[in-house]
Amino acid sequence: MFTESAEMARMPPAASGDPFVPRIYCVDRIRRELSDTVTLEITPSQGPRPRYAPGQFNMLYAFGVGEVAISISGDCADDRTFVHTVRDVGAASRAITSLDVGAAIGVRGPFGTAWPVTDAEGSDIVIVAGGLGLAPLRPAIYHVLANRSRYGRIAILFGTRHPQDMLYRDELAAWRRNLDISVEVTVDHADRDWRGNVGVVPALIARASFDPHDTVALVCGPEIMMRFAVNALRDAGVAPDHIHLSMERNMKCAIGLCGHCQFGPQFVCKDGPVMRFDRIASLFAVREI
Amino acid sequence: MKGLERILREHAFFAGFPEDQIALVAGCARNHRFDAGQYLFREGEPANEFFLIRHGKVALDIASPGQPPIVMSTLEPGEIVGASWLVPPYRWTFDARAVELVRAIGIDAACLRGKCEADHHLGYEMMKRFAPILVKRLHATRLQVLNVYGKR
Repeated sequence: MFTESAEMARMPPAASGDPFVPRIYCVDRIRRELSDTVTLEITPSQGPRPRYAPGQFNMLYAFGVGEVAISISGDCADDRTFVHTVRDVGAASRAITSLDVGAAIGVRGPFGTAWPVTDAEGSDIVIVAGGLGLAPLRPAIYHVLANRSRYGRIAILFGTRHPQDMLYRDELAAWRRNLDISVEVTVDHADRDWRGNVGVVPALIARASFDPHDTVALVCGPEIMMRFAVNALRDAGVAPDHIHLSMERNMKCAIGLCGHCQFGPQFVCKDGPVMRFDRIASLFAVREI
Repeated sequence: MKGLERILREHAFFAGFPEDQIALVAGCARNHRFDAGQYLFREGEPANEFFLIRHGKVALDIASPGQPPIVMSTLEPGEIVGASWLVPPYRWTFDARAVELVRAIGIDAACLRGKCEADHHLGYEMMKRFAPILVKRLHATRLQVLNVYGKR
C-alpha cells in the first residue's frame, strides 16, 4: 500500500506566482510525430523552468485562441525545456500544433499528481499505454530506465490503432534494444506487411512477465482501454492499490476551483491526473461521471 | 505418443488437465510445422483440426473482395488457433497464416469430438478451457472495433 504523502512530498512545489497568469515560453524545436500530432520543446523566455514530476501537466495557451491541458512528455532530468506532445483535436490544440519555431506560447503549471515512480522502487513495473497515452507515460519511462537498478522487471506495453499511427516509433525501437526490459507493441488493425502483434493492448498483459504480488502498474490511454487494462491487470493478480491511471477530463482552471474536471468528489486537475485505481474504482464504472 | 502427451501437458491450454484425459487427447494429436507465409487453414475449408501453438506467431486474416487481407489478430506460443471445429458446419471463417516458422500440435477435430461425445467429462474439461478463451477474444474484438484511438 502506498502512502499518499510519500510521493506527494517528493513532488515539486506548485509554480510560484499567480496560477492564473501564464508565463511566456518560446518554441525551440518542433518534431512532427504523426499527421495530426507534434512534439514541442519550449523554454521560458525569462527565468528558470519550474521543476516537475512525471505525470504532471501544463495548461498551454495559444494566444487569442484558448488554453488546453497537455501532459508533460519530456525527461524530468532535462531542466531547461518542457516537452509536450500535442494532437490537433480542437481550436486551441490546432493553434498549438500550427506554431512555428520561435513562436511564443503561454504556460501555466506544472499541475497535478505524479506517477509513483519513487514509491515503486523495488517492484516490477508494468507500463500500459494506448495511443497518445504514451506521452504522459514517457517521463516515467525515462525515469525508470535512468534508474534501472532500482526496479525489478520492467514491461512496456503499447497499443495503437495502426502501424502508421505509432507515436515515438524510434524511441520504442530504442527501448526495445535494452536487454533487461520488455517492450511489446500491438496494433488494432494491420495489413499483412506488419509482422508484429495485432490485437488490443490489454491482451499483452497476460503475456507479460511480472510478479503480480509485487508489481506497480502505470496505465494511460482512452478510458475504455484503461477499463479493459485494469480488468486484465486484476485478472493477472495485481492489487487495485498498485494500479495507477492517468485520468482525462475537461480541465480549465487547473487548480481545483472551477469544477469542470470534477470526477465524483475529486477534481482531476488537483487530485489527478494520476489516480490510484482503488480510490476511484467505484467511480470508474459510473457512466454519467 | 508419450512425447505428444508430454508436449500437451506442458502447453498452457492444458494446464491442470486430468492426466487420463491428456492421454485421450494425445490420441487425436500430431505435430505440425509451418514455414513463414504458409497457411494453417483457409477460410471456407472444413475445420478438421485445431492447433496449439508451441513456437512462432500465427496471424488471423480476413479477406474481402478487391481488398488486401486485413490481419485481425495474432496468436503466440501457449495460445490456440481455431474454434470452428466445435460448431457445425465445422468450417473456418478466416485464414490462419504463419507469420514466421510455426511449430504446433494439431488436434483432429472429428476424433476429439467423438471422444468428447463418448466421455462427457472430457467434453466438459475441453469446454471449460475453450469458453474463457472465446469470451476473452470476443471482449477484445469489441474493444478493437470501437476504434478507441480515433479522435473523439
